[in-house]
Amino acid sequence: MISYILRRTFAAVILLLVVTAVTFAIFFLLPRLVGQSADQLAQQYIGKSPSKADIVAVKHNLGLDQPLYIQYWHFIKGIVAGADYNLGPTTVHCDVPCFGYSFKDHVEVWPQLTSRIPITLSLALGAAVLWLLSGVAVGVVSALKPRSLFDRTFMGVALAGVSLPMFFTGNLAILLFTYKWPIFGRTYVPFTENPAQWANTLFPAWCSLALLYSAIYARLTRSGMLETMNEDFIRTARSKGLPERTVVVRHGLRAALTPIITVFGMDLGLLLGGAVITEYVFSLPGVGQYAVQGITDNDLPKILGVTLLAAVFVVIANLLVDVLYAAADPRVRLS
Amino acid sequence: MTELSKTETGDEATAKAPSAFLEVRDLKVHFPTDDGIVKSVDGLSFSVEKGKTLAIVGESGSGKSVTSLAVMGLHRLGARGKNVRMSGEIWLNGKELVGASPDEVRRLRGREMAMIFQDPLSAMHPYYKVGDQIVEAYRVHHKVSKKEARKRAVEMLDRVGIPEPAKRVDGYPHEFSGGMRQRAMIAMALVNNPELLIADEPTTALDVTVQAQILDLIRDLQKEFGSAVIMITHDLGVVAEIADDVLVMYGGRCVERGTATEVFEKPQHPYTWGLLGSMPRIDRETSERLTPVKGQPPSLINVPSGCAFHPRCPYADIPADNVSRTVRPELELVGAGHWSACHLSAEDRERIWTEEIAPKL
Repeated sequence: MISYILRRTFAAVILLLVVTAVTFAIFFLLPRLVGQSADQLAQQYIGKSPSKADIVAVKHNLGLDQPLYIQYWHFIKGIVAGADYNLGPTTVHCDVPCFGYSFKDHVEVWPQLTSRIPITLSLALGAAVLWLLSGVAVGVVSALKPRSLFDRTFMGVALAGVSLPMFFTGNLAILLFTYKWPIFGRTYVPFTENPAQWANTLFPAWCSLALLYSAIYARLTRSGMLETMNEDFIRTARSKGLPERTVVVRHGLRAALTPIITVFGMDLGLLLGGAVITEYVFSLPGVGQYAVQGITDNDLPKILGVTLLAAVFVVIANLLVDVLYAAADPRVRLS
Repeated sequence: MTELSKTETGDEATAKAPSAFLEVRDLKVHFPTDDGIVKSVDGLSFSVEKGKTLAIVGESGSGKSVTSLAVMGLHRLGARGKNVRMSGEIWLNGKELVGASPDEVRRLRGREMAMIFQDPLSAMHPYYKVGDQIVEAYRVHHKVSKKEARKRAVEMLDRVGIPEPAKRVDGYPHEFSGGMRQRAMIAMALVNNPELLIADEPTTALDVTVQAQILDLIRDLQKEFGSAVIMITHDLGVVAEIADDVLVMYGGRCVERGTATEVFEKPQHPYTWGLLGSMPRIDRETSERLTPVKGQPPSLINVPSGCAFHPRCPYADIPADNVSRTVRPELELVGAGHWSACHLSAEDRERIWTEEIAPKL
């Protein structure tokens, strides 16, 4: 088991290296390939209507005129050892891990991200707990009584949930529950300040996001349970005289849960990289909103930072899924 | 096998508890489907005494597995549970099970009656240790600590011949070989000393070399525990090896039953003849071809009229008045404790058996 975890961790580190290469390629290689010159790239780091000399200076200072592998080396070095950017009169230092420096706002990207991660984390985790519980519960009951009124009703709701966009459910929730009937707060409060208010403000966002996801989980659990409940080992469990509840939960659900762990890890990892639309709709200053901001400002380092962070979260989530998978299914440990 | 003083469709069935340990009377298991009612078991009666082995023989779809699951009360559970119609009586040790509440039957399941399944790999939960699965089976019916139950599990694994049971108890099913897995399955079934053991093709998924070991094990354990055994199989070799009584099923009904010696030496039903003829034998010339039973097993939705076997029976035209196609034959006493459902007269059967069938076997 230990060697399995070590193997997976090593694989994850390699994967992260690949991820940085791909991210670097997207932001520095791709523009070149589509014909953007180093000058044009440099121009993005300066204010409006720069002079020729400014561009040349920035190009040189940021190393944009150097070969790509040197640039990539600086990029990696920045992440693990920090970086200095020479801005002509002054030199700014970017601390480890340097996820970039926004030359438009004159701030490092990483501290900006870390201050926003708790918000995204609050949103993602809260919604994840809700959708996992509701989705799996609905899925199990639906599977035990397929084609019943409960099954049809909730599968209908699930279909609606997965079809309705966040623009609609989110805004509807805000309209109804914070304006028409002001039950929930409107401005985000950190958990450390006031947990009750924190939960109160986030609740509509959790529910809207959970509705979107729980639909998928309900369907996934339902089909998984329908399949496992027909397995031979379920018949064996019954033949032992186990109460039906034990058969369903200990034997049926346990086996049906493994594919759900996989999807759950991926979904959570993706969400931690920024629930872009949800954060935007609910005005939550999280990572996703930062990405939107970076895109509208055409501020490359911000976008690069968010991309890298999201990739890291997905890789870590994948690692956790692998470990959980081995814990759940003893057959995995062998291979 | 105790003789029943009534024919198979006997409606005069008394509600009185029978003397046999397990007695099934006029059991019907029907599954309504979109295409019609599947009559998997349609009026089956038999009984088993403690310490005896009854083999239920027949092709796939003849209703043998459905019968065993019905005795275990496993049809009524799960999503499909509502879709089954069961009637008749199943008496186990003086208790009637068809009319009993699901919870009453559940309490008997695993304790008084246990079952071994065909494929031990798919029949054991892949995520739990073999020992834990045995412990679970024991603790449902016994209020003991996990430690005691574990001791019991090791004991059982040892009893069924698994080497190093104290170590193997913590193994997962996929770490066991096929034969070891089936032994573990048997240990799990026997952990509560059940008085009735149903084995549903316990050797079909196993290596030929392991098959005999498993059969020996079942026979030894039966002697030790004195339980009644129902062996479901399509393998007549298994029947010859282990059975005291034989029940031949065709199309959801019993076509012949009797002691193993009677059925093997003086089979009375053309279908049984067919089964015997299709059995490979080591003492026969390899140049001789096996004679399969021609045709397909009958549809259980539209069971052939008259004798269900008549479309495949080479002798269906011998009885007069086309009776094979119009009248369903009832079980008749044809020998000591030997019943058969066929329209052929005793003389015809005797003649066909001695002149045509027996010389070829």
